[in-house]
Amino acid sequence: MQLISCPFCGLRDETEFRFGAEAGKRRGTASSSAEEWANYLYFQGNPKGQTREIWVHLACGEFFMLERDSMTHEIHQSYCIRKEDQK
Amino acid sequence: MIRRRSHYSAFTLFKEGLLGQVGWQPTWASPEPKPAYDAIVVGGGGHGLATAYYLAKNHGLPNVAVIEKGWLGGGNTGRNTTVVRSNYFYPESVALYDFALRLYEGLSRELNYNIMLSQRGMVVVAHSEFEMEISARLVNAMQINGVDAELFSREQVIEIAPAMNARPDARYPIFGGVWQSRAGVARHDAVAWGYARGASHLGVDIIQNCEVLDFIFEAGRCCGVVTSLGEIRAGRVGLAVAGHSSVLAAKAGFQLPIQSYALQAMVSEPVKPVLDTVVLSLGTGTYVSQSDKGELVFGGGLDRIPSYAQRGNPPLQEQVISGLVEMFPAFGQLKLLRQWAGIVDIVPDSSPIIGPSPLPGLYLNCGWGTGGFKAIPAGGWLLAHLMAIGSHHEISRPFDLGRFTSGRLIDEAAGSGIAH
Repeated sequence: MQLISCPFCGLRDETEFRFGAEAGKRRGTASSSAEEWANYLYFQGNPKGQTREIWVHLACGEFFMLERDSMTHEIHQSYCIRKEDQK
Repeated sequence: MIRRRSHYSAFTLFKEGLLGQVGWQPTWASPEPKPAYDAIVVGGGGHGLATAYYLAKNHGLPNVAVIEKGWLGGGNTGRNTTVVRSNYFYPESVALYDFALRLYEGLSRELNYNIMLSQRGMVVVAHSEFEMEISARLVNAMQINGVDAELFSREQVIEIAPAMNARPDARYPIFGGVWQSRAGVARHDAVAWGYARGASHLGVDIIQNCEVLDFIFEAGRCCGVVTSLGEIRAGRVGLAVAGHSSVLAAKAGFQLPIQSYALQAMVSEPVKPVLDTVVLSLGTGTYVSQSDKGELVFGGGLDRIPSYAQRGNPPLQEQVISGLVEMFPAFGQLKLLRQWAGIVDIVPDSSPIIGPSPLPGLYLNCGWGTGGFKAIPAGGWLLAHLMAIGSHHEISRPFDLGRFTSGRLIDEAAGSGIAH
């Protein structure tokens, strides 16, 4: 069982977490084209190796950033998603 | 260029037995790569090898190379649970998967290679009145689309799989199920090797241990690949690399609507015949069949962590195994023999992507997710058509990458109740 660190609850079992989406996407507006919506909704980098993703801790319901390696499953860091917005 | 090959038959076997087994030709040739081909197929799994075979067979294009970074059929072709079926909901999907199943039905003869297709039938078991209603909907859709399907009652399910847990206090009581009699299993390695042998015989160069590192771009077109063995040029390049499609797409400069996940499978120790059909439970998400060696081959849903590690995680193993033991309590006595995982290419609507890529000269066959093995003959046939003719076959047209922009998705996750 792998442990993932929730920024709010600390280390917890992997079964309490769920992958949300790749980080860094910007939601479109009413004037966005079909291509822009498709890119936002469906298309992604799906990188092999270093990833930066939004995950959710199902137990506390908070979304957060998780940086990890999709090849080794090594987890580098997790942090609060709001801090990301302030950058 | 036709390469010599031994014709496989009982007579050849008998003759070689008498002559000391010295007359067998290699199953496929292993030539050095040429500097240029008419077409290159990246990926030496079932889909890639079938593509090369049909390029040579259907379109008279034998000057083709298949480039594989590892060994033939060492990816998902060698890691799946060998089930073939066409129990899908939408007409587009049925046209695609039943085309594959019909090609499978004639494949041993076509390839002169026994793929050990065993159409032992498959039952998808429903555990509530509501699942029975959805099952009836699926059966109706399949029948309207011209595919054999039958709605089984509780008694029929118990008759076809008597070892199933039919106790009245079962956590997942049996209400009935969807039966497809033409579904079954085939020998996965034999499918890859049979296509490789057929393609090599027709002149295709199969190049193993050769990794594609980049593409050659000229005037905005893909004109070949840069490999670990040097540059190889071709006017048409086809990608059939399943879970690694996004990695190669990134090198070609575009993204795909794909997320890669690990899908696990397991086999038990071999036992005497106990299950002569394929069983999938809608409740537990676990599916199981018995191999010719007697091992129970089973699997379930995806590991929920996007991954390129070709291994699975314990929580999902526990879920799949507990599902199996719930369905077949007697299997709880068995020991697990092996467990492994393959990296599958999951698409939001659980339907494949077949079509031209955003880079001219590069064609896609990916997004099969957890169900690529059953579609190998069709995937190869349709990608070969695209690469040879330059436009869609009518069966592959709905599966074009453009459906994500137009919104015309073929959502089989909702349609046929895929568990993941």
